Amino acid sequence: MRRLTLIAIPYLWLLALFLVPFLIVLKISLSDTAIAIPPYTPTLDLSEGWAGFKAFLSQLDMENFTWLTQDDLYWKAYLSSVRIAFISTILTLIAGYPIAYAMARAAPEWRPTLLMLVILPFWTSFLIRVYAWMGILSNEGLLNSLLIQIGLISEPLTILNTNTAVYIGVVYTYLPFMILPIYSALEKMDDSLLEAAEDLGCSRLQAFWLVTVPLSKQGIIAGCFLVFIPVVGEFVIPSLLGGSGTLMIGKVLFEEFFNNRDWPVASAVAVILLLILILPIVLFQRNEQKQREAEG
Amino acid sequence: MKRFSAFNAVSLTLGFAFLYLPMIILVIYSFNASKLVTVWAGFSTRWYAELLQNEAFLDAAWVTIRVAVVSSTIATVLGTMAAYVLVRAGRFHGRTLFSGMIYAPLVMPEVITGLSLLLLFIGIGLDRGILTIILAHTTFSMCYVSVVVSSRLVSFDRSLEEAALDLGCTPFEAFRLVTLPIIAPAVISGWLLAFTLSLDDLVIASFTAGPSATTLPIKIFSAVRLGVSPEINALSTIMIGIVTLGVITASLVSKRASIRQQAEAQAAVRA
Repeated sequence: MRRLTLIAIPYLWLLALFLVPFLIVLKISLSDTAIAIPPYTPTLDLSEGWAGFKAFLSQLDMENFTWLTQDDLYWKAYLSSVRIAFISTILTLIAGYPIAYAMARAAPEWRPTLLMLVILPFWTSFLIRVYAWMGILSNEGLLNSLLIQIGLISEPLTILNTNTAVYIGVVYTYLPFMILPIYSALEKMDDSLLEAAEDLGCSRLQAFWLVTVPLSKQGIIAGCFLVFIPVVGEFVIPSLLGGSGTLMIGKVLFEEFFNNRDWPVASAVAVILLLILILPIVLFQRNEQKQREAEG
Repeated sequence: MKRFSAFNAVSLTLGFAFLYLPMIILVIYSFNASKLVTVWAGFSTRWYAELLQNEAFLDAAWVTIRVAVVSSTIATVLGTMAAYVLVRAGRFHGRTLFSGMIYAPLVMPEVITGLSLLLLFIGIGLDRGILTIILAHTTFSMCYVSVVVSSRLVSFDRSLEEAALDLGCTPFEAFRLVTLPIIAPAVISGWLLAFTLSLDDLVIASFTAGPSATTLPIKIFSAVRLGVSPEINALSTIMIGIVTLGVITASLVSKRASIRQQAEAQAAVRA
């Protein structure tokens, strides 16, 4: 009895506030837009019983999804989100790997401090960290005035409100997610393996490629997914640092909902976004599972 | 012996400079006398004074703190229960769905979580306000809490609990007297994580907040959309300061606790 209560409370909470809301999104994505409150039809009328349910089902259609495939904006936004997420994941990996590598080679008494320094920004507001770059990257910003002062450029570079600013913002905010899993993989590595590789005639670079990188593979995979998955649906970074040319689906969904008040289309956008992310999410879970089994 | 090369030193220096410089610049410029955020015109605390008179910001800050305290506390209770169910309850009908519902919100894009909760609240006719933000924040942060707590429960020696039960404890007493003190560090860090996630959240709060209650991130977002402002710099500095202080205190406390535990363990071995 007590066990049942223990299971039931969190279970029912998640059913009511996670699963049911998601089913509602699915349902509205199949409904028609209407000028009403709420702005869609049909609404499920439970008082009419089975007949009402059948009438409700017969009115659902794939219209919004057809509409999404016909309008350029949407599929371009999906493509561009995936592309931006992919490029910024690679950039984060390039920036994060040397840091994680250096942390793993630092003296053991330094490691907790270094680890805390990587985690600390994670506790600081995401919004503030993105905002900090607005003052640096703008035309009259610090970076441009510095570059002009040392004479590298004569005209300010336009960085803010471009995709470049979005990449900088993503690398900056998601860097800890890349560093931590790679660091935890590298930290466990036995250094005598590297010595063995060098004794057997590898150069240091070869030893790095043939020993260190494969051994940290699982950390790299985990880090890449931890960056890629949330960046596809990112909203704050493209809205603050991106420009009118930056097309990302999280922003499109937000605007579709709040500015155009088109709930069925916004819901359909959400359903497709989730379909796109299911494959990377499943792959990520599988990688985590493998890691747990390897450790356990 | 591991080799720490010049290359390692350079990557650490550059990496930490990249992580910290933007925030340091933000803090410095919050003390700038000029309204122009990129021209330095001498030291001043005028933006802090103006911030303290801005009632809209103060109201939003108060709402944000109340939401964070309530939602992270409920989330810690629910998340700990969920972790216990995941690790201890064994097989039951619908276990796969349950663990799926715990892990899915962690990777779900915020725009989808926010949209779906809003549609639910409208569907059941719940007015948007502080209550709906609390419900939304509790739901996603309880999943984080349960991941943190269950990783601690997995490594927990179950025989301790069984001993307590054999000695006549009820299951609840065994939990309160044996399990809870041992998993307490994970429960506390789960609460802290839930608290900061709630303080920080913009997207889900934008969907679930109503005209009667606005949170600080929503206010900050609508202000910074228009560009950089010295008042926001001052506000950011205060928030960065609180977080830094909190994290440093927490790590010092846990360090002292672990030193004390080690000393006790050594004393026990000697005795």
